[in-house]
Amino acid sequence: MLYFLQHYWWMVVSLLGAGLVFLMFVQGGQTLLFLTTRNKEEKTLLVNTFGHKWELTFTTLVTFGGAIFASFPLYYSTSFGGAYWLWIAILFLFVIQAVSYEYRGKAGNVFGARTYEGFLFLNGMFGTILLGVAVGTFFTGGEFIMNKNSLTETLSPTISYWANATHGLDTIVVPFNLAMGIVVFLAARTLGTMYVIMQVDSPELVSRCKKQLRITASAFVVGFVLLLIALFTMTGYSVTPETGIITPVKYKYFINMTTLIWPLIMLSAGVLLVLTGIISSLSEKSRYSFYMTGAGVFLAVWSLLICAAFNNTAFFVSKVDPQMSLTLYNSSSSTFTLKVMAYASLLMPFVAGYIVYVWRALTKTQISSDDINRPDAHKY
Amino acid sequence: MILASLVDMSRLQFALTAMFHWIFVPLTIGLGVIIALMETYYVRTGNEFWKRTTRFWMKIFAINFAIGVATGIILEFQFGTNWSNYAWFVGDIFGAPLAIEGMLAFFLESTFFAIMFFGWNKVSKNVHLLSTWLVSLGTILSAFWILIANAWMQFPVGMEFNPDTVRNEMVDFWAVVTSPVAVNKFIHTATNAFVLGSVVVIGICCWYLLQKREEEFSRRSIKIAAVFGLISLVVLIWTGDGSAYHVGKKQPMKLAAMEGLYKSKEGTPLVAIGILNPRKDIRRMKEDSLSYMLESPYIFNISIPEGLSLLANRKMGTIVPGIEDILNGGYTYTNRNGEEKIAPPIEERMQRGRIAAEALATYNKARISGDEANMTEAKKVLDENFDHFGYAYIKDPVEIVPNVPLVFYSFRIMVILGGFFLLFFSLTIYFERKAIIGKQRWFQYLGIISIPLVYICSQCGWIVAEVGRQPWTIQDLLPVSASVSSVSSSAVLTTIILFFALFTALLAAEIGIMIKVIRKGPEA
Ligand code: HDD
Ligand code: HEM
Ligand code: HEM
Repeated sequence: MLYFLQHYWWMVVSLLGAGLVFLMFVQGGQTLLFLTTRNKEEKTLLVNTFGHKWELTFTTLVTFGGAIFASFPLYYSTSFGGAYWLWIAILFLFVIQAVSYEYRGKAGNVFGARTYEGFLFLNGMFGTILLGVAVGTFFTGGEFIMNKNSLTETLSPTISYWANATHGLDTIVVPFNLAMGIVVFLAARTLGTMYVIMQVDSPELVSRCKKQLRITASAFVVGFVLLLIALFTMTGYSVTPETGIITPVKYKYFINMTTLIWPLIMLSAGVLLVLTGIISSLSEKSRYSFYMTGAGVFLAVWSLLICAAFNNTAFFVSKVDPQMSLTLYNSSSSTFTLKVMAYASLLMPFVAGYIVYVWRALTKTQISSDDINRPDAHKY
Repeated sequence: MILASLVDMSRLQFALTAMFHWIFVPLTIGLGVIIALMETYYVRTGNEFWKRTTRFWMKIFAINFAIGVATGIILEFQFGTNWSNYAWFVGDIFGAPLAIEGMLAFFLESTFFAIMFFGWNKVSKNVHLLSTWLVSLGTILSAFWILIANAWMQFPVGMEFNPDTVRNEMVDFWAVVTSPVAVNKFIHTATNAFVLGSVVVIGICCWYLLQKREEEFSRRSIKIAAVFGLISLVVLIWTGDGSAYHVGKKQPMKLAAMEGLYKSKEGTPLVAIGILNPRKDIRRMKEDSLSYMLESPYIFNISIPEGLSLLANRKMGTIVPGIEDILNGGYTYTNRNGEEKIAPPIEERMQRGRIAAEALATYNKARISGDEANMTEAKKVLDENFDHFGYAYIKDPVEIVPNVPLVFYSFRIMVILGGFFLLFFSLTIYFERKAIIGKQRWFQYLGIISIPLVYICSQCGWIVAEVGRQPWTIQDLLPVSASVSSVSSSAVLTTIILFFALFTALLAAEIGIMIKVIRKGPEA
């Protein structure tokens, strides 16, 4: 039972993670503010376009945090409490986003529209990169020490901490993590651009976005392929569930893909959808390409996250001592808690249902400057 | 070695961010209901006046909501970044309400928020109204789940310690959700938010009346807010009494600090107003016991005889233990299983806590070496002493005394202001009925001044609840010093400065925007 629940919850958490990466098209879109827009009106148009959606992305991030806390609390305490600065930086970059939409266009906002546009850009660029770095650590691990029995040492009861003084900043310079960060950023930007192409009723802006899309999407595809190569040639760590002993395994993630097969199918389908979407977006009939590429990104990320932990893989490896690494078995909540939450999670399809309903109600028609400037519109 | 400064910094950071969050949250919750009521009027009467009124208050709502969301995310992740040990020790119980809050409440809020603001012309009137109610429901639900989590820290129920995983595990979800402390806390805090929303609406309208503009808008808004506020306040005060009762039963030290009560006797009085004697310092009890004893706890006080006995025990002539009584033990109390017990002195609890911690260590060594007999033995010792586990980390009994003046004065401010608002709402309704609210200039000023007062009141409530439970993160099980993450205190200090600067800047922007929107008024 516990074994099943641990895997079920990793699926749910990865699903939220994959959903988050897809929804970060909002962040990607925010980085278009400076290169693609020509005037204030176009900026306002962009901000309003993404303004209808940012809450959803944000809430997914929050729920991802809550879900991982509840299902794998040891990851929560080890990664967040250890890689302190990485997470604080991410938080900081998301705090500045949350207010920027609402405050940017309002009189009396103290710092002026450009400051909030700057915030949106920082969030779009570095928020995505750093979250990507954090995702990277599922594969590359971290410099942490974890020992649950420390709790009985009443003078220093901390069970897990970072073994060096950077408190997690060192994760950013790990090449694989950084590459992951950049690819996540490029994915977000590609999707953001495609969302504009689909949703904005302004021929000039759209044609500029199409130009941007060529560059960003090619970089994304190339980057993604390189990342996959790096991932599949990497050494991962395997755990023996009965003993908890952890051993290095060459090409671990490639092996996971090919042993489990279904993540490989998801990944391939994902890549196919991404490519089809991008190509169709560049040609004329582009109404649904955003959804295609979006679904592709979602599937690809989901399958990668699954491979980070399934098939007896340690999903957060301690580089100090691999035996301290976190696995689905030693880091999860109890059977009871996972079960209670599994019942609660049965409501997720219902939640997804109303999200889709609202999404469709608000995305039915394209957005133009005229819509935003109507006197009774809520304008960002 | 955990440094005291690290613990203090981390506490400061948590308190700062929580209190910032709490500036925005109650207005979101309170105003949410008021807006939904107004829109209901609009849909039922079809009167455009109500649509304009609703939309004005929605603007205020949105400005406030954004920054509430921004401050909330920090709080959530902070349990991991700054209280990582805590996150493991109780994550099995504490994480669940947080996750459910995200899945069931935050998505509800943020999804229908979009319709509420961008859907006026895209969905039907009824769907729009439903969305507004759903956003409001979402905010109330999110309060519900987080308060369950908070109440559980004050009164841990429904769990068992598992020595194999070295943490507490949930065994009864229902007990966690329906714990009397949680239910009471939820109602008290939700009605607090309703009261706060009402006072803010009345205050803003009073400003319009003072300016002699928007008369109809203001009078009608005031009417809704005052009635809603008064009803909420009655429930608020009633559950406030319930809060104090539960505190007395479950966290006697907090109650003693709330009252500045050091040594008790039968028929304990309740301090109505008072000034504490700053020289009454519990740390001197051991060093210089004579001069400590001679020092009276108050410089000045007016007390209600038997008050505290009635409040805490619902019975005259009973004893409510004071700070010294708790440190020395010997008073009777009812434990978690409903049995009457004599409280042991804190020294003894510390000793038994250390026995529990050692038993746990022995258990784990035995488990690794496969020594079943030793495991059973150690488990038995651990179980017998687990109620005192947290005291293993306490070095000196006086550590378990919270900051008395802060708790004492905060409690007085909250209760006195509670009385003031009772008067305030009643007067508002009276003047409004007599249709003279537009003429009472002094009252209009009072309405404006009430806005800061209600915020102060609400923050004081949290100070009582949170400072009063120090040093415990989880009452009796885990003190702050054993909860904290192992980062450097300078890193935490840097974070505090960053957040403080950012939040202050954002607060300034928020207030700036609010003032502009209010100036422009509902016609803009
Ligand atoms: C406008 C705000 C407001 C008003 C008028 C009152 N309260 Fe309150 N009180 C709160 C706002 C609040 C709060 C912010 O909502 C708190 C903080 C934590 C909590 O659960 O609710 C709180 C906590 C709180 C606690 C601590 C609970 C704990 O430690 O868990 C007690 C004992 C009381 N209240 C008692 C009262 C009494 C006897 C009142 C009588 C007038 C009263 N409150 C009015
Ligand atoms: C939003 C309203 C809240 C406010 C204003 C508030 C206030 C405070 C304050 C003032 C402290 C510091 C106490 C001290 O250091 O002496 C504190 C600590 C803390 N509070 Fe709250 N609190 C709030 C809600 C919550 C909730 C809902 C939870 C849990 C779900 C919570 C959990 C904690 C924790 C973990 C600490 C740090 C550890 C500790 O000092 O005990 N707080 N809070
Ligand atoms: C320490 C404990 C707390 C944590 C971890 C926390 C967490 C959060 C988070 C992450 C958000 C953003 C949600 C979003 O993405 O939409 C949020 C917003 C919110 N929180 Fe809290 N919160 C805490 C305390 C409280 C308390 C005590 C209440 C109410 C009693 C509350 C009520 C709300 C509400 C109503 C919102 C949404 C509206 C707004 O932001 O103004 N929170 N909280």
